[in-house]
Amino acid sequence: MKHTISVLVENKFGVLARVAGLFSARGYNIASLAVSETLDPEISYMTIVVEAKDEKILEQITKQLNKLIDVITVTDFTKKEYLDRELILAKINYTPKDKPKLEAIFNKFVGKIIHHKADTAIVEAVGDQHQISELLEELNKFGLKELVRTGKLAISN
Amino acid sequence: MKMTGSQILLECLKREGVEVVFGYPGGQVLPTFDALYNYEGFRFILPRHEQGAAHAADGYARVTGKVGVCLATSGPGATNLVTGIANAFMDSIPMVAITGQVPTGLIGNDAFQEADITGITRPVTKHNYLVKDVKDLALIVREAFYIASTGRPGPVLIDLPKDVQVGQTEFIWPEEVKIRSYNPRYAGHPGQIKKAAKLIMQAKRPILYIGGGIILSGAALELLELAQKLGCPVTWTLMGVGGFPSKHKQSLGMLGMHGTAYANHSIMEADLIVALGARFDDRVTGRLDMFAPHAKVIHVDIDPSSISKNVHVDIPIVGDVRGVLADLIKEVKRAPAIDDWLKHVDGLKKKYPMVYKDRNTVMPQYVIQQIEEATAGDAIICTEVGQHQMWAAQWFNYSKPRTFVSSGGLGTMGFGFPASIGAKLGRPEKIVFNIAGDGSIQMNIQELATCVANKIHVKVAILNNGYLGMVRQWQELFYKRRYSHTPITGPDFVKLAESYGAVGIRVTKKEEVRPAIDKAIKTENTVFIDFQVEEEENVFPMVPAGEAINNILGGLA
Repeated sequence: MKHTISVLVENKFGVLARVAGLFSARGYNIASLAVSETLDPEISYMTIVVEAKDEKILEQITKQLNKLIDVITVTDFTKKEYLDRELILAKINYTPKDKPKLEAIFNKFVGKIIHHKADTAIVEAVGDQHQISELLEELNKFGLKELVRTGKLAISN
Repeated sequence: MKMTGSQILLECLKREGVEVVFGYPGGQVLPTFDALYNYEGFRFILPRHEQGAAHAADGYARVTGKVGVCLATSGPGATNLVTGIANAFMDSIPMVAITGQVPTGLIGNDAFQEADITGITRPVTKHNYLVKDVKDLALIVREAFYIASTGRPGPVLIDLPKDVQVGQTEFIWPEEVKIRSYNPRYAGHPGQIKKAAKLIMQAKRPILYIGGGIILSGAALELLELAQKLGCPVTWTLMGVGGFPSKHKQSLGMLGMHGTAYANHSIMEADLIVALGARFDDRVTGRLDMFAPHAKVIHVDIDPSSISKNVHVDIPIVGDVRGVLADLIKEVKRAPAIDDWLKHVDGLKKKYPMVYKDRNTVMPQYVIQQIEEATAGDAIICTEVGQHQMWAAQWFNYSKPRTFVSSGGLGTMGFGFPASIGAKLGRPEKIVFNIAGDGSIQMNIQELATCVANKIHVKVAILNNGYLGMVRQWQELFYKRRYSHTPITGPDFVKLAESYGAVGIRVTKKEEVRPAIDKAIKTENTVFIDFQVEEEENVFPMVPAGEAINNILGGLA
């Protein structure tokens, strides 16, 4: 099962390697990872989506993260209210006659065409986990050629 | 006053109370060694291999409780420390390892003798630092000692590029260390302690299971007080040896793979396990799903991640075991009613005594017993890793903490001899024995030169059976006696010792054992005793790996 956790860390040399190394050394899987500075440039914020087959493993992950000296706080969103978003860029098969169909999709989802050529288009879209997976199903009907995703960002509410 | 990075480093070490540094020079630490020339702030010991430096610092830390310090150059010097750092990490030993590094401008260029040692040691240190600016150095050294010695102790590495060693700055000693993201919790939760006390008072078959945490936190007296108040049996892990007096009537000795049968049977039958600074390692629990099926578990540990990692815990208490024990003693108002349990445990002791068959040759167990007798039990015993290590844990009655120095978690052959050097420097008034096998001793045998050159008089008892004995034992029991590459030759240990300027004694008969030990103790020099012991003697009791710990191969028992 996937769990979303956030980790506040000291924005120091090597801190990402420490966190990533902990996951690989203990055999935990990272599904996605997004890192950036916070309002305080000395602190970075990581949103990590982890695969953990049970609560015990999730508990170990949070405890082990807390043991890292540069980790300030770990929040397990499984037990908290939060909002999440992910940004995707997708390259799809596209000709101008597809335009109305695509526009109909973007009436339902947050996104738009940001570039197109004779036979392809690049679209951007933002949404939570469910929205993104529904959108991808729709885009698949056009033929998805390439897909890049930021990984999930999560914030407590 | 302006000082160079190297001078700042030495000044910080001195102010941290460092008595001895184990180090080896090289190109990228030349400025620091220049500062060490005629330096008198602490003693400096030159081992003959960087691995020796790390293990010696570790051994020193284990007997004194202080932070051990080692120093090496960049690249191969630094990588040679890694085994010693990993060893300290697994056993939670406070250590600061300092390495030279190529100048900051060359880092990442595959420069001569460059290794990414902070990257390499990340998983085996509690924390590590690459110092990029000499202005940060004093605070980093201070933090390193603070992190190494507080909470669950462990090794911290400081990587020091050559230009930072040479660079100059005002020296400012940071009076206080505060790290916002690191706040180890010492006091146990009072509510949890009350609950634990209640459970203890109601228990019918309680057992105290103690580990290295008792020794690290200096909790032996509190443990003795609680144990006597409860009257219940006490068993320990390899790391807990010395935490409780072996000859005490409540003592069950070590448990686990080579534990006593009565300790293993007792914990399997217990209805309450009080785990104190121990982490339910696989060598202790055996097959996890069959471990102690009737027991509720109270677990006291300073490291939250040790709790409920392997075994489900009913009452977790995060905190320093010494303080928690003091609180717990106050909360336990009466002893539990356990007369039947004690009778039962006593019966187990009688039914499964620790024995070995004396063939009137040089029995390894007998050698250990004779070392105990000759020293009246008042010695520091270091070990390498293998059969001799288990015999040293089983057949010597330890009565005080910090008298048994052994590589527990990592199981590092070659640890004992350099560790005994650190131990002797830490406790010069003590007789220090390193109990070794003929395999292990050859892994860091070069440290003979260190002993002789510095007059560090350790006594090395080699239980020489011509095999890598523990592996041979597994091959005998589980691989149809196919002794694949376990027969091992060695030098003439007597002549070898003599060639270094130490003393060598050979023992081939039982009646020579005690005189050799007595002579070694009296000799004002490092002594190697080559005990030519029974070749295919096994360590029993033994629980095969992955079996329930009451599934015991008894040998004779």
